[in-house]
Amino acid sequence: MNLDINKIKTDFPILNREVRPGTRLVYLDSTATAQKPSVVIDSMKQYYEMSNANIHRGIHQLAEEATSMYESARQKIARFIHARSTKEIIFTRNATESINLVAQTWGRKFLNAGDLIILTEMEHHSNLVPWQMLAEEKNLELDFIPVTAIGELDSTAYDRLLEKNPKLVAFTHMSNVLGTINPAKEMVQKAHDAGALVLIDGAQSVPHFSVDVNDLDADFYVFSAHKMVGPTGIGVLYGKEKLLAEMPPFLGGGDMIKKVHLRSFKANDLPHKFEAGTPAIAEAIGFGKAIDYLSAIGMENIADHEKKITQYALQKLQVVENLKVFCPNVTERGGVISFEMGFVHPHDVAQVLDHYGIAVRAGHHCAMPLHEKFGLPATSRASFYLYNDYEDVDLLVIGLQHVNEMFA
Amino acid sequence: MDDFYRELIVEHYKNPTYKGTLDPNDFTYEDENPLCGDHIRVDLRVDENQVITEAVFSGHGCAISQASADLLMESIIGKPLDEVKKMTKETVLELLGIELGPVRLKCALLSLKVLKAGLYGIGNIEEELSEI
Repeated sequence: MNLDINKIKTDFPILNREVRPGTRLVYLDSTATAQKPSVVIDSMKQYYEMSNANIHRGIHQLAEEATSMYESARQKIARFIHARSTKEIIFTRNATESINLVAQTWGRKFLNAGDLIILTEMEHHSNLVPWQMLAEEKNLELDFIPVTAIGELDSTAYDRLLEKNPKLVAFTHMSNVLGTINPAKEMVQKAHDAGALVLIDGAQSVPHFSVDVNDLDADFYVFSAHKMVGPTGIGVLYGKEKLLAEMPPFLGGGDMIKKVHLRSFKANDLPHKFEAGTPAIAEAIGFGKAIDYLSAIGMENIADHEKKITQYALQKLQVVENLKVFCPNVTERGGVISFEMGFVHPHDVAQVLDHYGIAVRAGHHCAMPLHEKFGLPATSRASFYLYNDYEDVDLLVIGLQHVNEMFA
Repeated sequence: MDDFYRELIVEHYKNPTYKGTLDPNDFTYEDENPLCGDHIRVDLRVDENQVITEAVFSGHGCAISQASADLLMESIIGKPLDEVKKMTKETVLELLGIELGPVRLKCALLSLKVLKAGLYGIGNIEEELSEI
């Protein structure tokens, strides 16, 4: 089904603003953060105006309402990614915090000196640094699945790494730089056969295509609301119930406890065990609304739309002189295109595009090792979401031609 | 846009006058902008009065960072180190002649940051140099 882009564009107030007088916004930076539809913004306003109260322990109407709205968001998320139970959905600040949570609780408790964690060369810093920190603390080994020249994970090298008995394999479902969609299910199965647990960074996948954590058999799966038309400040750790139950709590405080004595405490049941202190209540409610919004359009339709736009862009970009797409031949690719333009620095590319109202990203996109591997200090990146259309791509191409003129 | 990429800036970016390295030198220091990976190294030679006689930069970065480095090198030749130490972001912005937002300001000031961090960081550079 084709998306009704004109209707969708009106759902997002920001897409109707002018960046400067007479220049409409062409937002091609959804990989960094997505724009928000008014239903999401309104749901948070509505909560603050009508139901604002702290959750879980209040015995009054507002607290009941707030609690039920917060917990219903959790249910929506559980259904959205096909978790077996809401006990498996932990609210965190974002995907980054979710990974840190696993490293600092599961990792600290179950990993010992010499244990191996397998990561990949295409990880976002958020799936590298928490493991580096843990490795330093506990003398763990880290190894990395290489990225091939095409821009995909080297599966033969992965097989060899698995022979070294890793305890954990942590990888991104979709690269935020190359757009590569990794064969997650197959990778999980291989890791399990080798006796390792698997954490998948789903920050770029859950917003863009249908994800079934059950079918993937992922042990941990993490993502952020703000990349899927939801608010900032809230994300999710999905974990298999059995694993979460064995893990010690992360942060200590209110709500994560069942009982507290002066010298000891008893941790609360899942999922509350990992949610210390007053959480981001309005954000959880907005997150739930974002899921309603995406579900109503349908993740298959969104994925299909992005695929078409991306193919169109890859083709159109060929006419731009000096432009080289970073790994254009990735087989399974999401709506992300990184590129370089000869000697013109990505910051200058982005600056000139901004003049025409086009928002792209420039830099290393929190993936310095990947850029290093390909010998690039930085790239420019255009990314697409459900609200982008062919005209956005055409405007990008015109903008890039202006870049060439400026630096010719 | 014309304001931003004044011909001057694009010209200094494409054909920098003071790009290179000095060996031997009296001073060398490098640093980067972690936001974008821009990297700049500055090499200086000074005379017995601690006046800069030669100044060059090397590294990679955007038009703003490279052009401002080139302009900065040009402006410090013939100046005493003491005076260079007192240079501020306004000095660089005057050289560039454009207004910059907070993100691009970091690009523009990278060369000055390298220069000043180097001059202040090498301990007592004046003493070291006076011994030469």
